[in-house]
Amino acid sequence: MSFFKAIGRLPWSARIGLLILLLFALCILFAPWIAPYGESQIVGDVWEPIGGTFLFGTDQIGRDLLSRLVYGARNTISLALLTTALAFLVGGLLGFLAATMRGWVDQLLSRFVDIIISIPTLIFALIVLSAVGTSIPVLISVIGLVYAMPVYRIARAVAMDIEIMDYVEVARLRGEGLWWIMRREILPNALTPLAAEFGLRFCFVFLLISGLSFLGLGLQPPLADWGAMVRGNADGIAWGFYHGLVPASCIALLTISVNLLVDWLVNKASGLREGQ
Amino acid sequence: MIIKRFGFGLLTLFAISLLITVGIEFLAGDVCTEMLGQMAHPDTVAACRAELNLDRPVHIRYAEWFWNLLHGDMGISLANRREVSELISKRIGNTLFLAGMSALISVPLAIGLGVLAALYRNTAFDRVISITTLSAISVPEFFVAYILMAVLAVNFQIFPAISNVDSFMGFFERVKVSALPVLTLTLVVLAHMMRMTRASIVNLLASPYIEMAKLKGIRPARIIIWHALPNAWAPIIQVVILNLAWLVVGVVIVEVVFVYPGLGYLMVDSVLFRDMPMVRGTAMVFAATYVLLNLLADILSIFANPRLRHRG
Repeated sequence: MSFFKAIGRLPWSARIGLLILLLFALCILFAPWIAPYGESQIVGDVWEPIGGTFLFGTDQIGRDLLSRLVYGARNTISLALLTTALAFLVGGLLGFLAATMRGWVDQLLSRFVDIIISIPTLIFALIVLSAVGTSIPVLISVIGLVYAMPVYRIARAVAMDIEIMDYVEVARLRGEGLWWIMRREILPNALTPLAAEFGLRFCFVFLLISGLSFLGLGLQPPLADWGAMVRGNADGIAWGFYHGLVPASCIALLTISVNLLVDWLVNKASGLREGQ
Repeated sequence: MIIKRFGFGLLTLFAISLLITVGIEFLAGDVCTEMLGQMAHPDTVAACRAELNLDRPVHIRYAEWFWNLLHGDMGISLANRREVSELISKRIGNTLFLAGMSALISVPLAIGLGVLAALYRNTAFDRVISITTLSAISVPEFFVAYILMAVLAVNFQIFPAISNVDSFMGFFERVKVSALPVLTLTLVVLAHMMRMTRASIVNLLASPYIEMAKLKGIRPARIIIWHALPNAWAPIIQVVILNLAWLVVGVVIVEVVFVYPGLGYLMVDSVLFRDMPMVRGTAMVFAATYVLLNLLADILSIFANPRLRHRG
């Protein structure tokens, strides 16, 4: 019951965000059962009208757009989640390390991050992808590493605040190792601020991935991917076939609902801090 | 302090160019074996490498490339054997036109709307603006672009859907053709700048001297424009320039949407063809603009805030 009570206490904006995210989560988990047709199955004519036999019509080569959307949710969102997780793993670990060890490790890592961060992310991703070519592991590691940089900065700042606490000093004097301090003293206390950050970074990663696949550098066909679907169907817009706007709205819907939830999280966290 | 900041900016640029070169070297493998295929005769490969200057060690090639760069020479495109610097200089004017027009419209509009939103804060006007801008920030650029295209180019047919500008066009014709990309970029940066303007003014409204002005019975509009705005300049300048820097990157996708012959389109094309000299050249231009604009933001905020000017 307490779960439903907690939802009842949410502001309406967070409730809408949560509802939409649940919907997408269902698509990710049960894609083959929800989608009426196969991922790359050609079922009709090119650009059949929206709302006819097919709920969202068909795409530029006659595949059911709804099915593509459902599978696209699975591919695009899980790719972005994996990438964000990698960014937080690498960035968080290095950030904690820099904050606990200080000295030259901190200096070296921080200056390196300063340089990488001064290259715009999209440009950086374009350079690396042009050199290595596109494949799923490359995409995940490149974008993950690019976004590990801002995560490093935040993790380091958060950990710096914790590192000066007395209990960390006590653990040091007790003779605990570096890894123990990072895992048992710093991580639990840094988790809440980093959680809100995760949502925000997920949006950036998601937008970058959609942007890249829009440019033809993301997931390769016949895999369904929202960004690539926008590009593929966009030619129709000039003739009044608005099918390309459907996957584009899905991208917008997802980022807006994540933002609504993050807004609520941040408000809640800062409200708690004021109450202390 | 300004000189120190400037030096750091130059150092960053140098480090970026080094990073791009080494990165490409490491990751790209051998361009020649890739172009000629695995089965090519060793002599052909050697000839190709000699022609592309690939037969010398990396650090010498980097030094050479850097030296040539200082003289405005960025090498030859692999795709069509033309000078990289010639192709870039042809396109860069178009991109600057796009970014400049968007900046010209969005900056005054953003500051004006931000001040208005701060003045009428917590009213319906403020809330409408806040929700619109929040959604404008969180959607991808191409979404905004295609919506505009569907409404303004297809439904009402006011502007052309594809902006193929050329150098023979007059100013007004050029403005009309590139109206949609300019509008898209404006909308996307407007939202962020406006929110920050509003936030930095509202932040200041809690300070004692504003309270004092209020108690003296000065009108709210006058308080905001004469008392709050001058102190809010530093963060506003910062945000405006950061958004201009963002604009430089945002053009990439918007140019692709509208098939606008600018630098971003050129870069995406050369990435798809894996034309490395071209990628390197365009990437350097983008990175340099970005770094220089960030530098400018720092220097301007030092000037706008007298307290920073006298600190070590």
